[in-house]
Amino acid sequence: MPSEQWTHPEPGDGPAAVAAQPSPEQVIAGLRATSEGGAELTQLLTPEGERVPSPQFDKYVDDIDAEALRGLYRDMVLVRRADREANAMQRQGQLGIWVPLLGQEAAQIGSGRALRANDMAFPSYREHGVAFARGVDMKDLLGIFRCTDHSGWDYQRHGFHPYTIVIGNQVLNAAGYAMGQKFEGKVGDDDGEATIVYFGDGATSQGDVHEGFVWAAVYDAPLVFFCQNNQWAISEPTERQSRLPLYQRARGYGFPGIRVDGNDVLACLAVSRWALDECRHGNGPVLIEAFTYRMDAHTTTDDPTRYRLSDELEEWKLKDPIERVRAFLARGGGADQAFFDDVQAEADAFAADLRDYTFNMPEPPPDRIFSNVYAEGNPVLEAQREEFLSYLDGFASAGEH
Amino acid sequence: MTDLQKLTIGKALNLGLRRAMEEDPKVLIMGEDVGKLGGVFRITDGLQKDFGEQRVLDTPLAESGIIGTAVGLAVRGFRPVCEIQFEGFIFPGFDQISSQLAKLHYRTQGKVKMPVVIRVPFGGGIGAVEHHSESPESLFAHIPGLKVVSISNAVDAYWGIQQAIKSDDPILFFEPKRLYHSGALRAEIDTDGTAPPVFSSQVVREGTTATVVAYGPSVKVALDAAAAAEDEGHSLEVVDLRTLSPLDLGPVFESVRKTGRLIALSEAPSESSLTSEIAARVQQECFYSLEAPVLRVTGFDTPYPPAKLEEHYLPDLDRVLHAVDRSLAW
Ligand SMILES: Cc1ncc(C[n+]2csc(CCOP(=O)(O)OP(=O)(O)O)c2C)c(N)n1
Repeated sequence: MPSEQWTHPEPGDGPAAVAAQPSPEQVIAGLRATSEGGAELTQLLTPEGERVPSPQFDKYVDDIDAEALRGLYRDMVLVRRADREANAMQRQGQLGIWVPLLGQEAAQIGSGRALRANDMAFPSYREHGVAFARGVDMKDLLGIFRCTDHSGWDYQRHGFHPYTIVIGNQVLNAAGYAMGQKFEGKVGDDDGEATIVYFGDGATSQGDVHEGFVWAAVYDAPLVFFCQNNQWAISEPTERQSRLPLYQRARGYGFPGIRVDGNDVLACLAVSRWALDECRHGNGPVLIEAFTYRMDAHTTTDDPTRYRLSDELEEWKLKDPIERVRAFLARGGGADQAFFDDVQAEADAFAADLRDYTFNMPEPPPDRIFSNVYAEGNPVLEAQREEFLSYLDGFASAGEH
Repeated sequence: MTDLQKLTIGKALNLGLRRAMEEDPKVLIMGEDVGKLGGVFRITDGLQKDFGEQRVLDTPLAESGIIGTAVGLAVRGFRPVCEIQFEGFIFPGFDQISSQLAKLHYRTQGKVKMPVVIRVPFGGGIGAVEHHSESPESLFAHIPGLKVVSISNAVDAYWGIQQAIKSDDPILFFEPKRLYHSGALRAEIDTDGTAPPVFSSQVVREGTTATVVAYGPSVKVALDAAAAAEDEGHSLEVVDLRTLSPLDLGPVFESVRKTGRLIALSEAPSESSLTSEIAARVQQECFYSLEAPVLRVTGFDTPYPPAKLEEHYLPDLDRVLHAVDRSLAW
């Protein structure tokens, strides 16, 4: 259960001589939990790769045998490899920008693999791993970052909404979508539908996120709020957004909040399945705080050395989400070296394919600017398009002479 | 003693902010990442180190919060300077801007002053993803109670930011982000001199064939076009609008009376925009001097496209010259 970090006097007691304040250590312990993630952290696999039994959550991963775990491992390795390739391609000028997910593979694969086909996911902009888990071809993400497109996949087919860059906007959109699932009678039994929405710790300061909590709560929307607390909002630490651990906020809105080890793919899978299950059966919403770390820069335009210490990074490297699964598999005989080598080879091929695709990505035609502004057309815009095309033609014919 | 410094727009803003903070302890800087990081464009670099965390506030990540609390701080006598990271992220704060910031002075019959500056990096040309390249200034110019200005060079950056902070009215201060660190726009500034008038339009290049009026990042485009037009034997006059609300159109009228032709240039979509307003007012005031209709060179009436297409979306030198030709052909 949530623990209070400090006690204010009860109203009847009158003000204390000096207001009770959390000590900096208490704040850090609650918010950052740098050593172990805090007492309330749900964990099934330690950083050393040891299985921790959980009376509450084990049943949600009963079916994860060695083969299934190898599958989760493979997912994370492929996604990380793609992420590193895209990061490198940005450095080589092939992408305008890249938003790295390094370190957040377990949170994304664990939650993403908990979803069913009819569920819907609303990402923010770093959810490449969730996209992968939803069956989105990772090539279709790259147009956004090469700046040829704003979005490149069929959101309905994949149950994966377009990326949202304006912080927090998608949380309300997801609440509305989940309300729709409810209104259509798609919740209530084992076949129920649910929605999951991704956002960062920084986003929790936005009004839209607060409003999303309110809406989902009062309409009992089947919505899982999945906050990836990667400790930083660009240069600002979690302490700049909250005085309480974020998962504890849920209580104030009247639904459960839980903190899971975001670097533990098994725990993320179990907790997400539990939360989605609650939603499917009409007991939503639920807030999950996946306690994790952004191992790389915020984006390729950021310079994290200006605001954080390398010690912190080193410490989190010891909690790597992929290494602990590898250790667990290797130790228990769930996988041998040949398997790990195969996955690595597959990941390299996967990355090479992305690279080829990126280098050969066609440029959009200029008049794409005017496409799809309106569903029903607009005569003013049509005139603008015609004028623009004849202006461009002028150059073409001038060039012919 | 004069202190001449050669500064980019970005450095000029940084120095202007520093001066304003030194002069008045009530000046605060607030926004996302403005402290340790110095803002994503480094415009506030070093200020938190020198003025402390209570004068340079790394705020929680919420624009309505930034602007709404700035309103309250202003009521309490502070002079907040808010940084919005990119223009596309100002909209969560739009309600506070239009409902409170712009109207409190009016609503209280002048009792409450709103000396708040909102700095907004705006415009395209940096190859960014969505929401990082827009030009929403007309939306703010449409709100009574706000002043809207846009700078185009380092001198105005240095003096303009200081004057905006001194003003008792709320000011939306639009900064041409793609020019922040442009070496070509580095200008020699007498940083100890007296402030020139900043919030008025100004002829930045004289000419006789036609007038081009522009603001912010488009001023450079207009000046480049004027330089190119010279080779074709045309002499363009360029007016930098500088103040977008209230519009200072006097110098534009004067120029149009001289040249007889006007091209209004802006990156923003054209429908119901500042360039619409300029065209309407110029035809009203200068009808008998006009040799051709006022022409507009603007972004299209579409969302800002993916950046691979922005070279087509953004008005460039060629489109300005094309408009000059059309005007002359009338
Ligand atoms: C409304 C809005 N304000 C500012 C930004 C600029 N911005 C982009 S990401 C970011 C930090 C987000 O941090 P967090 O929510 O913790 O998510 P993370 O990137 O760490 O996953 C900021 C300030 C934005 N995209 N939208």
